Amino acid sequence: MASVTSNATVAAPLANRPAGYSTIRIEPPRGWFDLRLKELWDYRELLYFFVWRDVKIRYKQTAIGVLWVVLQPLLTMLVFTLFFGKLAKMPSQGLPYPVFYFAAVVPWMYFSTALLTATNVVVEHQRVITKVFFPRLILPFSSVLSGLVDFAIGFIVLLIFTISYGLRPTFATLLLPLFLLLAILTALGVGLWLSALNALYRDVRYLMPFIIQFWMLASPVAYPSSMVPERYRWIYGLNPMAGVIDGFRWALTGHGQPPGTVLIASTAMVCLTVVGGLLFFNRMEVSIADRV
Amino acid sequence: MSTTVITADNLSKRYQRGMAATSGLLRDTLAMAFRAPHKLFRRDRKENFWALKDVSLEVPQGEVLGLIGRNGSGKTTLLKILSRITRPTAGWAEIRGRVGSLLEVGTGFHPELTGRENTYLSGAILGMGRQEISRKFDEIVAFAELEDFIDTPVKHYSSGMYVRLAFAVAAHLEPEILLVDEVLAVGDIRFQKKCLGKMGDVARAGRTVILVTHQLNQIRRLCNRVVWLDAGGLRRTGATAEVVSAYESAMSSADRSSEYGRLAEGSKARFLSWNVAGAEDSAAHTVDSVGEFTVTFKLQVWTPIRHGHHGIALYDSERRLVWASSSDELAFEPGIHELTYTFPFLPLCPKSYNWQLSLWDEAGNVDLWEAVPDLIVVSPNYQHPKDEWNGYLNLPSTLKIDASKG
Repeated sequence: MASVTSNATVAAPLANRPAGYSTIRIEPPRGWFDLRLKELWDYRELLYFFVWRDVKIRYKQTAIGVLWVVLQPLLTMLVFTLFFGKLAKMPSQGLPYPVFYFAAVVPWMYFSTALLTATNVVVEHQRVITKVFFPRLILPFSSVLSGLVDFAIGFIVLLIFTISYGLRPTFATLLLPLFLLLAILTALGVGLWLSALNALYRDVRYLMPFIIQFWMLASPVAYPSSMVPERYRWIYGLNPMAGVIDGFRWALTGHGQPPGTVLIASTAMVCLTVVGGLLFFNRMEVSIADRV
Repeated sequence: MSTTVITADNLSKRYQRGMAATSGLLRDTLAMAFRAPHKLFRRDRKENFWALKDVSLEVPQGEVLGLIGRNGSGKTTLLKILSRITRPTAGWAEIRGRVGSLLEVGTGFHPELTGRENTYLSGAILGMGRQEISRKFDEIVAFAELEDFIDTPVKHYSSGMYVRLAFAVAAHLEPEILLVDEVLAVGDIRFQKKCLGKMGDVARAGRTVILVTHQLNQIRRLCNRVVWLDAGGLRRTGATAEVVSAYESAMSSADRSSEYGRLAEGSKARFLSWNVAGAEDSAAHTVDSVGEFTVTFKLQVWTPIRHGHHGIALYDSERRLVWASSSDELAFEPGIHELTYTFPFLPLCPKSYNWQLSLWDEAGNVDLWEAVPDLIVVSPNYQHPKDEWNGYLNLPSTLKIDASKG
């Protein structure tokens, strides 16, 4: 009974629709393993728009915009150099203190911001969540990805900084994307857990400053991981950020040991967290629109 | 020859009462665990309720289906399940084709972004692709009549401009199936008509539409078929004229669903109907300004009432009391009476409201009527463009700034 009308602007041919939308079956939730990752792929453009929006808004609201992205890690690095370096005289694997700290602060800042954003992302989108459908998984993914723009800017400064100290990139530098990927996945994995929990219990929000602080102290940001006794090293490595930060320093400067034991433990831990986080988030997603 | 694009089979949705209302703090869950530990494990029957119960439905392609029913009858829940915002507790549905749902105007708008940026963002959230938005962009801007302001952040928009842009984006969605909830009840009348026209075009283009609205005249104008939901279940399905008039008469006289109403059956008096005085038929329950307005309630009296007490209350769609009044020592002779209320101004937000009328005598309650249809306010919104900054009063205001002396 589809009648042909003359209003061509409204009546785009129905046949030209993407196949992904053909038939949708709506049912009660069906257990833990119903992940629908294909749907996530179908909505990739929305993921792009969420990231794009986050980045735009971040720079619109501040007076000096992009400058903050450079200033934040620089100031943190200065504070660390002054207190942990010059005053506490921490060992720095033979690196100048500014380089030693800056190489850790840049990935750490990416991670902590991404984790914090991801934790709040579901709660902050409650209006949209209760009014329109899209795979909710897009939200934590977008928070983790939008931090990468800041990271890229910080990283360029870091690169210039390292070179100006006379350190040359080595072959190990090629492994940097791997460590970055590990940081992204850690933020995503933990962010999935925390964002779903935060939607159920707003207490999570009050816990976050403590979690972030504790996590930084448990990572080799302010000190080298060589200070941790060898026999506890694998436990230490269960914190994926230990592998990431050690890896960053090593890949960028060639100093310190390549993170061996630590990295294996870290990678295993990240995989568990991400898979668990996906399942948990997906399980909670079902009731999120009814709860937030 | 038409194919079915929406099939619903015994769709049901159960909510836990008060679940959405809890603060979401662990403290409350813990507190409950101490006060009533058994509740954590055993779901109390009374705390569950079915917002939707065993609703089966088939919608052929190209049909414009209206959903009517009182507040809380399950219309929005059904729409939320079909648009996949929430999952059913039992039953299933199948939808063939791309679904666009419009449950709110301006979903996903961000005040810091410009009109242009928000068009893209909101379009993407509603399900349009980037190329699709680019292709329709000029058309959307022209439809919203915002050519000169499209690169201004929407936080500087007036509420009218904001709503126009939001509508324009939504109106240019081209899904095969469009689910619309009440959104057309806001905005100024002229623009509202433009949107209705656009929706009519969509329907004529062979797309399927499910429309929820309290405005029965909109339903009459647009829908081929109407589904009447009552207390979460299907009450009646059929041709528009037939179901709408059955709904109207059921609501205004015969079996009024309130318990008091049933008690009052065959009694001394009852309220029959109401309308906005001086309005034409199609707008008999609609107010389009915040200025003076008059409503008339018809009361049928069978037995003389000597010392009558009459109460009136106005509730908003979330069942919050907006206004109430009462009068004592009233006398009514048998016959039909008109009770006319005149308000010098009515600063209400554009949405739907319910009147509640009561009549008492020495012996007790004579009639209590949850008036139908709802009162629909479609005045311009004079408040903040963002919903969360909209209070009870929709008051026009002026701002004057003087430089301080010295």
